[in-house]
Amino acid sequence: MKETNIEDPEYFHKVVDCQYACPAHTPVPEYIRLIAAQKYTEAYMINWESNVFPGVLGRTCDRPCEPACRRGRVEDEPVAICRLKRVAADNKGEVKHLMPQGPFKSNGKRIALIGGGPASLTVARDLAPLGYELHLYDEWGKGGGMMRTQIPAFRLPESVLDEEVNYILDMGVVTHFNTFVESMKEILDKDYDAVFVGTGAPKGRALELPGFKEAGENIHVGIEYLAAVAFEHKDKIGKNVIVLGGGNTAMDCCRTSKRIGGEEVTVVVRSPRKDMKASPWEIEDAEREDITILNNMPPKEFIVEDGVLKGMLFGKVRAEYDENGKRKLIPTGEPDVFIPADDVIIAIGQDNSFPWIERDLGIEFGKWDLPKVDELTFQSTRENVFFGGDAAFGPENVITAVAHGHHAAVSIDLFCNGENIHDRPSPITNLVSQKMGIHEWTYDNAIAHDLRFKVPHEDKAISLKDRKVEVELGFDEQLGFKEAQRCLNCDVQTIFTSNLCIECDACVDVCPTDCITFTHNGEEEDLRTRLSAPAENKTQDLYVSGVLPATPRIMIKDEDVCLHCGLCAERCPTAAWDMKKYLYNTAKTYL
Amino acid sequence: MSYVKPKFHHPSLKPNKVGYNKADYEGVISTLCAGCGHDSISGAIVQACYEISLEPHRLAKLSGIGCSSKTPTYFLSNSHGFNSVHGRMPSITTGANMANRDLIYLGVSGDGDTASIGMGQFVHAIRRNLNMVYIVMNNGCYGLTKGQDSATADFGSISKAGESNPYQGIDLAGLALELNATFVGRSFSGDKNQLVPMIKAAMAHPGFAFLDVISPCVTFNNNKTSTRSYSHVRAHIESTSIFDFVPEQDEIRVDYPEGKSAEVELFDGSKIHLSKLAPDWNPTDRFSAVNRLHEAKSRGQILTGLYYINTESKDLHEMMNTVDTPLNTLQQKDLCPGNSKLQSINKTFR
Repeated sequence: MKETNIEDPEYFHKVVDCQYACPAHTPVPEYIRLIAAQKYTEAYMINWESNVFPGVLGRTCDRPCEPACRRGRVEDEPVAICRLKRVAADNKGEVKHLMPQGPFKSNGKRIALIGGGPASLTVARDLAPLGYELHLYDEWGKGGGMMRTQIPAFRLPESVLDEEVNYILDMGVVTHFNTFVESMKEILDKDYDAVFVGTGAPKGRALELPGFKEAGENIHVGIEYLAAVAFEHKDKIGKNVIVLGGGNTAMDCCRTSKRIGGEEVTVVVRSPRKDMKASPWEIEDAEREDITILNNMPPKEFIVEDGVLKGMLFGKVRAEYDENGKRKLIPTGEPDVFIPADDVIIAIGQDNSFPWIERDLGIEFGKWDLPKVDELTFQSTRENVFFGGDAAFGPENVITAVAHGHHAAVSIDLFCNGENIHDRPSPITNLVSQKMGIHEWTYDNAIAHDLRFKVPHEDKAISLKDRKVEVELGFDEQLGFKEAQRCLNCDVQTIFTSNLCIECDACVDVCPTDCITFTHNGEEEDLRTRLSAPAENKTQDLYVSGVLPATPRIMIKDEDVCLHCGLCAERCPTAAWDMKKYLYNTAKTYL
Repeated sequence: MSYVKPKFHHPSLKPNKVGYNKADYEGVISTLCAGCGHDSISGAIVQACYEISLEPHRLAKLSGIGCSSKTPTYFLSNSHGFNSVHGRMPSITTGANMANRDLIYLGVSGDGDTASIGMGQFVHAIRRNLNMVYIVMNNGCYGLTKGQDSATADFGSISKAGESNPYQGIDLAGLALELNATFVGRSFSGDKNQLVPMIKAAMAHPGFAFLDVISPCVTFNNNKTSTRSYSHVRAHIESTSIFDFVPEQDEIRVDYPEGKSAEVELFDGSKIHLSKLAPDWNPTDRFSAVNRLHEAKSRGQILTGLYYINTESKDLHEMMNTVDTPLNTLQQKDLCPGNSKLQSINKTFR
């Protein structure tokens, strides 16, 4: 194998699994350490710079970081990264003075942002400090997009959302609320220097089974139902409610129903439990509120008597998978099941919807009527129109929309300055030794087995009565500290300097997880089998040194389960190993 | 400074045949200097015991005084142990072995503990062919008292203080050969590929198995002019053979070049496989070993590997014809045959 190029900014970035998995590449260990030090304001600002909505995401993020967390590979469960983010948001002090302060000197450029959700707001935040005049259009009376319309208040209190949306709007964004944009042409005619489309995936799918028309008003489309409840257009639902679908929207619909009149709320999913798209913790939260979830039951018919919806008929299936893992639902032959219902909520997916974009403007559309968008620059086929968030590549999540927003803002800024938008700025990186004394580090390197702490919940009797009572109470400072201590500090990297090594083997002997091997070079396939412990996780890199001074061997470190405990560096007599903190920030326009 | 080693282990490292993870053979975190060769030897002992699936309670570790004799704290925390008086480890081991022959005895000593204060004890343990593994962690200096030359320091070796050693060094392996020790080898703390199988073979040998392990003192004797520094040893090392230990039940996996390979079967059915690097050397011929050692020394080379093994070794218990049952478990009824037996014995004298 070739010597690892640690100058490549992506090499150590990959070692920080959580940060690498985060679409916005939030420097997770850095802010977790600050939480442990009770520096909540600083922790919040690190989040705010990367993911813009720490309070929102600390409650609602899809947490792609957690399955990636190294703790999950050496112990059972990952660090509760998402809930730690909330600890920072809940306990922070005044932060507004730490954010870019307006009014900003105008640069004479005007940008239209269509849709007021996380993608557009991120673009606004990144461009406002540079002096852009930003016009934000949204059909609702407040900013936030799906964070406001689709996430129920018992998961995300309105005050938290308002606060973080307002940090951005207060930077001098010109808002056009209660304005449904019906024509892209009209927008383009206003001579904006660039247009960003962040309209999300606003169209919920319906399910036109027999009886659909007759059932009339008692059938609701999930995201429309959630929006209607959020804006208090709807405050009641029948006693018996069926929710169709197995995603997070279905979970939000059933839990909302339980709070506005639903007594027997049943979620019916056509697929098996393990194929459900909802996050495991959302399913768990729904079941904790006595909501029944039935699997392997595809809906067949709405039963309507005398113009009134009575319930639904479901078939029964079992899942079979072929060798490619492709699923087939085979009817079991059991009789159909009738479930009574006063209301049915359909939450089986949502689509993009661009009837408002005229097709003769040079904006091309491709598969599934999605716009053709460049994956790096988020530019459409019309050079001054950019897409981001769910509007770009279909439904994802808030943190992905934020990441898109950052990239699109960089593109828009380059575009408006007449530069090549494919020439992306490099990430900002920093690598600093954490050594404070012979065996002293700036970070807490003692690693112990510690099970993940559970987030306390509000009493069910209280939270089910009022849809605005937040269910999760969040970690208090003490629990937050304990959970923060579970972080392995994967951003503190083990750096090896081969010409200092005397090959005493001290690092090999002391490494608790047998990550380090001194051996003769070979091909990667072969090397992975003859290390101190076989390196079977191929998603994790091997750190390969140059040839050592004393023997024709090399040092190989398997990054997979390194605890970043620093014992290798502590036991190294020549400081060939050092622990250096690697900070990686994706380039943003205003930093 | 870390004083606890995390209890995590690599998920692809499975427990051995008796259900122990490698970490179960470790001790507390070392307080020796970072980079000490002794820590590597401790690591090799841990590795060897894990690989042969030794049940930790089947082993007793004994030591004297010195840096080397501190090391039993850093390995095999779940085994028996006795940290004895300076240079007196062999007599304590003799007593323990006499009382309970069922344990594996691992004696750990240093060059001071063995070649100076403990020399008398050492030679008598060899003479009695006590069934034990005797490891000398040999760094050529008194590390615990700031690095004075020890009795094994090579003539002319220049210490960190800049003084050339005016005395002849004692070659402990040569001495062991001279005294007819039944298993003699030398290794280097920085060569685990050789050291780990040698420790396993030494544990399988029924009798006195002596391993002189060169172990650089990273603080006081790792200067370029010292003959015990990492760099000097690496530059002058040569081996008698490529060494492999094959337990009884395992198949031989390594292919050795034709004509050069040798196999030595041990008492318990396990085998030592050697790919000889010197044609005139035979591991079961003591004279060839002595010659080979002197020849390497005359060229300024450090010869490592197995020097000699006596496959007909008879240990102290066999020589004394003691019972198979450990003496410490014999009950009064075993030891005192009773009045009628006494009468019948007495009758034969009348």
